[in-house]
Amino acid sequence: MKTGLLAEHICVHYGRRVVLDDLNVGPFPVGHVSALLGPNGSGKSTLLRAMAGLGESRGTITLDGQDLSRLSFAQRTRRCIYLPQTLPATVHIQVLESLLAAQHATGWTPAQPEGDAVDGALRMLDVFGIADLAMRYMDELSGGQRQLVGLAQALGRQPDALLLDEPLSALDLHHQFAVMEVLRRETARRGIVTVMVLHDLNIAVRMTDYDVILRDGRIIAAGPPRDVITPDTLRATYDITARVETCSRGLPHVMVDGLS
Amino acid sequence: MRVPDQSRPAASSSSPVPDLSDYARQVRQTYRALLRRRIGILGVMGALIAGSVLLDFCLGPSGLSPSALVRTLLHPHDVSAGQSVIVWQIRLPYALMAVCVGAALGLAGAEMQTVLANPLASPFTLGVSAAAAFGASLAIIMGWGIPGVSDAWVVSADAFVFAIGSVLMLDMVSRRRGAGTGTVVLFGIALVFAFHALVSLLQFVANEDALQDLVFWTMGSLTRATWPKLDLLAAACVVVTPLSFRAAWKLTVLRMGEERAASLGVDVPRVRRGALLRVSILSALAVSFVGTIGFVGLVAPHIARRLLGEDHRFYLPGSMLVGALVMSLSSVAARNLLPGVVIPTGIVTALVGIPFFLAIVLRRRGLS
Repeated sequence: MKTGLLAEHICVHYGRRVVLDDLNVGPFPVGHVSALLGPNGSGKSTLLRAMAGLGESRGTITLDGQDLSRLSFAQRTRRCIYLPQTLPATVHIQVLESLLAAQHATGWTPAQPEGDAVDGALRMLDVFGIADLAMRYMDELSGGQRQLVGLAQALGRQPDALLLDEPLSALDLHHQFAVMEVLRRETARRGIVTVMVLHDLNIAVRMTDYDVILRDGRIIAAGPPRDVITPDTLRATYDITARVETCSRGLPHVMVDGLS
Repeated sequence: MRVPDQSRPAASSSSPVPDLSDYARQVRQTYRALLRRRIGILGVMGALIAGSVLLDFCLGPSGLSPSALVRTLLHPHDVSAGQSVIVWQIRLPYALMAVCVGAALGLAGAEMQTVLANPLASPFTLGVSAAAAFGASLAIIMGWGIPGVSDAWVVSADAFVFAIGSVLMLDMVSRRRGAGTGTVVLFGIALVFAFHALVSLLQFVANEDALQDLVFWTMGSLTRATWPKLDLLAAACVVVTPLSFRAAWKLTVLRMGEERAASLGVDVPRVRRGALLRVSILSALAVSFVGTIGFVGLVAPHIARRLLGEDHRFYLPGSMLVGALVMSLSSVAARNLLPGVVIPTGIVTALVGIPFFLAIVLRRRGLS
C-alpha cells in the first residue's frame, strides 16, 4: 500500500554539532509535491540527505511501509533518489550519454515502457522540454539547462521517491514554473513522492501540497501550505513580519513587510 | 537535423511531441555514428601504434629492413647471432616496453584525473614518480643487493615499494573523513617536493659513480627493458585493464560530481579506492622499471578527452592508446634524434608529446 515517505527519530550530527535530534516528519504524501522550508542552516538539506540514505544518520525511513535501511545502498538509491543542489559538472559528454550513464550507474537499468534506453532518455528529456539538447555537450550548456538535465537524470531512473535540493535555484522564472508544473504532473502520474527544498514561499504556497517548516533542526509547522505558511509561523521561522493575502484571482500571496 | 522548437516552453504541453519518434530516430542515428566514429578513432590509434612499433624495430643505430625483421622473428636460427640478439634482446623488449609503459601511465593518469576530479592529477604530478625515484636512489646509493638477484631488480623493487607506498598514502588521505579531492591533490604535491628534496639530498652525499647511475635513473630510459620486466608489466596491464573498463559507467557518473554520483547509487569511496589501487599497481610498476617518465600520464588523458569525450567506455582505452602512442614515438625519437646515442626516453617524451598536446588542446571544440 502506498502510504508515502515517513521519517522517524532522525538524528544527524556533523562532528559534535547536532543538526537533527530525534526528528519525526511525514508522511510525505504519494502523488503530491511536498516542500521543506526554513532559513539557511535549519537542517532541510540534511533531512533530505538522511531520507536518501546519504551520509551518516540514525532513525527509520519508511517508503510505502518498507524500511529503506534494510535495502543495500544501490537498491535504496533506486527507490529513493536525491538530487544535490550542485549542478552536474561541466563534463565533455553528451546530454544523452549523461542520462545513459546515470541509468547504468548501479549496473542496473530501469525497464522502459517501450523502446530502449535511448528512447527512454529522450522521452525523459522531452518531459523537461530539452529533447533538442540530446546531442549537445554538457560543457556547452547554461546552468539552468544543466539543472534540467540533472532532473531528467533523476526521474529517468524511475524512482518511487524524488528528493530535490533546491531544484529551482539555477532556473529563470519561466523555467521555475515550468519545472514545478512538470514535477506536479509527473508526481501525480507516476504515483511517487516528491519532496523539495524551496526558498520561494509563493511557489510553495501555490504549487505544493504538503509543507514542512524547519528551524534549527526542529519542526515549526507541517501540513497543507495554507495552514503552514502563516504570519505567525513566518515570524517564528524567519523573524520577519509577513502577510498572506489573497490576490485578485483568489490565490494566496505572501508579502513581506520587514524584519520583526 | 531538425530539432524541436527551442522556444517551446518546458513541458507546457502534457501530450508527447508528435515528432518525437522521428526525432528519436535522428538522435539514435547521430549517436550510432558518433559511437562508430569513436571506435574508428581507437582503431586508427591502434594502427598508428603498430606503425610506430614497426618503425621502432627497424630504425636505430644498426638499421634493419622490415623483411630482415620478419625473418628474424619467424626463423631466429637462420640469421646471424648478432642480428638475432639485436632483435630479440634489444629491439623487441625496448619497443614493446614503450607501448606497455605508455598504456599503463595513460590509464593510470586517466583514472587518477577522474577519481581526484583534477586535470593536473597524474602519477608524476602527485608524487608516485618522485617516490619511485627516491626508492631507486636509495638502493643505488646504499649499494643494496640481494645475493642471486641482479642489482637492476633490487633498484626496481625498491622503487616499486616507495611508489606503492606513495599511492597508499594518497589513498589514506582520501579516506580521511571530510578530505576533499583538493586535499588529496595538495598532499600529492607535498609528496613531490618531499621526495625531490630527499633525492637531492642523496645526490649531494653520493659518490661519483652512484651519482651518475642515479641521475641516469631519474631521467627515465627504456634501455632498462628486459623480457621478465616486460612480462610482469604486460601481465599487470592484462589483469588491471578489464577491472578499469568494468568501472567505466561509474567513473563517468563520478565525473558529473561526487555528490551526484553518490545520489545515483555509486559507492564513491569504494570506486575511488579501487581506482587508486589500480593506478598504484600500473604506475608503480611502469615507473620502477623505466625510471621517471613525466609527461605521458598527464597529457594522454587530456588528448583522449578531446578526441573521444568523457564517456569512460572510450576515454579509458583512448587514454591508454594515446599513452602508448606517445611513448612509442618517443622511443623512436630517443634512438634517432642524435646519431649513435640513445637519449633517455624521459627527456624525449615531453619533446614529442608537447606538439601533440598543443595541437589538440588548443584546437578548442574543433573535434566536438
